[in-house]
Amino acid sequence: MVTTLDKEGIIEVLRSIPDPEIPVINIDELGILRDVILTGDHVEVVITPTYSGCPAMTQIESDIRAKLHEHGIDNIVVRMTYQPAWTTDWMSEEAKEKLRKYGISPPGRMHNAIVPLVVDSVVCPHCGSFQTAVVSEFGSTACKALYQCQDCKEPFDYFKSI
Amino acid sequence: MTKQEALGKYLLRLADTNLILGQRLAEWCGTGPFLEEDLAMTNISLDLFGTAEALLKYACEVEGKGRTADELTFRRPEREFTNILLVEQPNVDFGATILRQLFVDAFDYYHYSELSKSSDPIIAGVAAKASKETTYHLRHSESWVIRLGDGTEESHQRMQNALNELWRFTDEQFEMNEVDAMLIEERIAVDLAPIKAKWLEKVIPVLSEATLQIPENTFMQRGGREGKHSEHFGFLLAEMHYIPRAYPDATW
Ligand SMILES: [Zn+2]
Repeated sequence: MVTTLDKEGIIEVLRSIPDPEIPVINIDELGILRDVILTGDHVEVVITPTYSGCPAMTQIESDIRAKLHEHGIDNIVVRMTYQPAWTTDWMSEEAKEKLRKYGISPPGRMHNAIVPLVVDSVVCPHCGSFQTAVVSEFGSTACKALYQCQDCKEPFDYFKSI
Repeated sequence: MTKQEALGKYLLRLADTNLILGQRLAEWCGTGPFLEEDLAMTNISLDLFGTAEALLKYACEVEGKGRTADELTFRRPEREFTNILLVEQPNVDFGATILRQLFVDAFDYYHYSELSKSSDPIIAGVAAKASKETTYHLRHSESWVIRLGDGTEESHQRMQNALNELWRFTDEQFEMNEVDAMLIEERIAVDLAPIKAKWLEKVIPVLSEATLQIPENTFMQRGGREGKHSEHFGFLLAEMHYIPRAYPDATW
């Protein structure tokens, strides 16, 4: 290995990888990147899927390999973990603000509670109105639902709390 | 049967039910009644495939013969699949699809919540994740069953036809055999009797709000656990297996 990067350095490099479907936030901000483990001869990157069937995981794995390769790291093990289950609570307030500016209403706090069996009340990311209605529980990707604002009439994506 | 063999069978059974329902829902891709529901069907399908894949990978590990999740998916013959019969039933129309989904979602909702306490950490992890996703599935199917059942004359009739057809496949979800007995003792699997009680408590009021009548004196169908499938299953597999059989060992 020709790299001189330590764990923090590698995490910093990986932070330059955007989520393939929501490019305004990176894989660390989204909570997909769980850990980086340096052993004698290789770097292990631990990732978790947002949803069980997230089709972007293969893309993310190959992005991780390509990015580390640019920094002289070739001996890479990417390990997928399901536990603990991904939660939108891992997203920072800063990341949520980025989503809002991008036009996606960010998820509310779960506090480890179970997902309720009723529809969430959601704020319009365009005008801040609470007068919004769900159009569809499933949006363009598994992690989003489709809403419409009753005040400014704009349709928007809501990043579901889970 | 060793504990290891029981675990292998158990994992396959859970995986297959997810896999086959995922395949059925994927048939709606591009043919949904409107765009949002097309997306919903395929998103739910992806969740089911993801759960199936995680369970199949673990099943391969437990089996220890070096097979992969793809091999189990694409190279097993019909009699080796142990999914419940309900999930292989044809989509028919959106109403029948969504009613079948309600039956499975309500089961998954209570089942995964219990299974997330499994003494097997991998099963517990997969179940905890699936449990959260299932809540969204159940919200979706429940509201549609009520809207369509208590909807127009046409939608009501279609939902009632679907219920008359599908009710006989619901009891198989709660069937237990020596695999369950062995794994319940190890606190790996969960007892399905209390799950059935909760399922009925959830589903009956939804059907009643949807103004639908549960058919009486239904003879409950079974056989999936032993790989005995309905006549629809061969056609489903033929489609699912077509590409890998036409181009063996092709890779992306
Ligand atoms: Zn608005």
